[in-house]
Amino acid sequence: MSTKGMLIDFTRCIGCKACVAACKERNNLPPEEDADLTSRTLTVVNRRNGLYVSRLCMNCREPACASACPVGALQKRANGPVVYDKARCIGCRYCLLACPFRVPAYEWDKPLPKVMKCDFCAERQAAGKLPACVEVCPVSARIFGDREELLAEAKARIRKNPERYVRTVYGEKEVGGTSMLLLSSVPFDHVGYATAIGSEPLPSYTWKALSKIPKVVLAGGVFLYGLVWIVNRRNRLAGGGPESKEMEGKSR
Amino acid sequence: MQKLEFGKLTFWKGFMVASLALGIGLAVFRFSRGLGAATHLSDSFPWGLWIGFDVLTGVALAAGGFTIAAAVYIFRIERFRPILRPTILTAFLGYLMVMLGLVYDLGRPDRVWHAVIMWNPRSVMFEVAWCVMLYTTVLALEFSPMVLEKLRWKTPLRVVHGLLIPLVIVGVLLSTLHQSSLGSLYLIVPHKLYGLWYSSMLPLFFFISAVAVGLAMTIFESFLSARAFRRHIEMDLLSDLGRVLAVVLAVYFVFKAEDLVERGVLSLLIQPRTETALFYLEMILGVIVPMALLASEQVRRSPRGLYTCALCVILGVVLNRLNVSITGMAASAGADYFPSWIEVGVSIAIVTTGFTLFALAVRYLNVFPSEVVRLPASKAVVGSPIQPRLAA
Repeated sequence: MSTKGMLIDFTRCIGCKACVAACKERNNLPPEEDADLTSRTLTVVNRRNGLYVSRLCMNCREPACASACPVGALQKRANGPVVYDKARCIGCRYCLLACPFRVPAYEWDKPLPKVMKCDFCAERQAAGKLPACVEVCPVSARIFGDREELLAEAKARIRKNPERYVRTVYGEKEVGGTSMLLLSSVPFDHVGYATAIGSEPLPSYTWKALSKIPKVVLAGGVFLYGLVWIVNRRNRLAGGGPESKEMEGKSR
Repeated sequence: MQKLEFGKLTFWKGFMVASLALGIGLAVFRFSRGLGAATHLSDSFPWGLWIGFDVLTGVALAAGGFTIAAAVYIFRIERFRPILRPTILTAFLGYLMVMLGLVYDLGRPDRVWHAVIMWNPRSVMFEVAWCVMLYTTVLALEFSPMVLEKLRWKTPLRVVHGLLIPLVIVGVLLSTLHQSSLGSLYLIVPHKLYGLWYSSMLPLFFFISAVAVGLAMTIFESFLSARAFRRHIEMDLLSDLGRVLAVVLAVYFVFKAEDLVERGVLSLLIQPRTETALFYLEMILGVIVPMALLASEQVRRSPRGLYTCALCVILGVVLNRLNVSITGMAASAGADYFPSWIEVGVSIAIVTTGFTLFALAVRYLNVFPSEVVRLPASKAVVGSPIQPRLAA
């Protein structure tokens, strides 16, 4: 199965927000508009520096949120989407903390809350349909396809119109690459996208510590047992007072 | 804490009852109206006081349990035995209070058991969840002799005694993992946590500072207990702890300084920002001042000096955990966070619950060695003179 992606060309967007409405409809969310992503608005389009700038879950190739979730409520699918299983979630909100793009939102006002975020229309994709926002876009500012092909298309657009675009495809390499690929005419950090987040996938930062656990447990366990053994033996050989002998007896 | 007679109404008793009632009332509000109504948390600031103080700080302050248990059972430093039971009790109650804090903070506390059957070993939070569960069990077992001997259940008591050494070793390992993993939680936010605190060494810093604060808490509690329960102070012993504490602080200081140099962020130390000031406060108050003071024999021999140093270290670690979880995350969040009065109220209620349970345990169980317990003679609290030797 090939990995899918979405190419969003900010320079083509006319700001009609049909995508926002389609997203809300598909996800049964209230129609109220929000300035940024919230638990009831999973994609937004905002005017920034002369451009209509989209925001939605990047559906990372190696998502920090999925690695952070203690109960595996967030999962990366091979074809691209990062999906959320609300039945598993315990509400620790570590995914909100971990996301480098500040995407996941929480239902703060509900007694039994869930995490909300765009899941790249995983269900529609599975049924062979386009993501809802792509389907309704009147100017093809959002297009859907194989990630590799979209990346080539994005680079071709930059090549053909070098004066129209900045020379980066945002999402090609950021934190290991994302399903969403973005094109812009102004530098990405001027339209609200963090550019200093590096190309190393974030899960590798925590894995460096987590992968040491077996070593710590084994070496630590052997070391501590050895210590007990040596200290006991030393106490006994020192002709130990009655105290040390009694301790020895009790530990067995 | 002067008077703990439970029959009479005292200031502290009134305060305890009031804050417990507040805790229950706020729980009703929080669970009926949701986290948004009860807290100042938001999508930009998903973790606040309940995680920063009740959980991160609570776990650190409970670190005395594994430090002193290791000293007595593994290094066989018998002199520390008199303070073993109070520190284990503190650690056990500390972890129970952390769990209570999580009940308030988790969006779905009814599903906390999911971590038992739904695994994600790549998640630091998964490690944290397992450490909390396993170490609380170990602490419950380490604590159980205090209850079992009261009930005179000989067989289970023998079984627990037979298991003590392996239990303590498992407890030390779990504590090491748990303390460090709370630091590892923040490894995944290299671009969000401010440079003075973000480091790949965070797990190590959390562990070393936990050892330091474990020792400091043991000293601090010994003084508090001495006052509250009219016990005498084991000054020799506490001076020795003070000496060890100075060494641990020195190790922490060197590692921290080396880390700042290695990451090339020394320039952050002269930025005119809130973060800089709070970092200096944390390091000077919590590390440098107590380290320098404790280097002096005179300070270590003086109850007041020792008490002050312990308090500095505790405040320093509290500040460190709040700096990592709140101050250090504020700039990148682009949003301000200050806890709501409900968050503060719940935290006070949780701390008070811990103190209350401690006082009750001291009253009804053999927490302190019997020969130095000086409770009002009229109350037959100490059922039988127990042998301190049997002390867990």
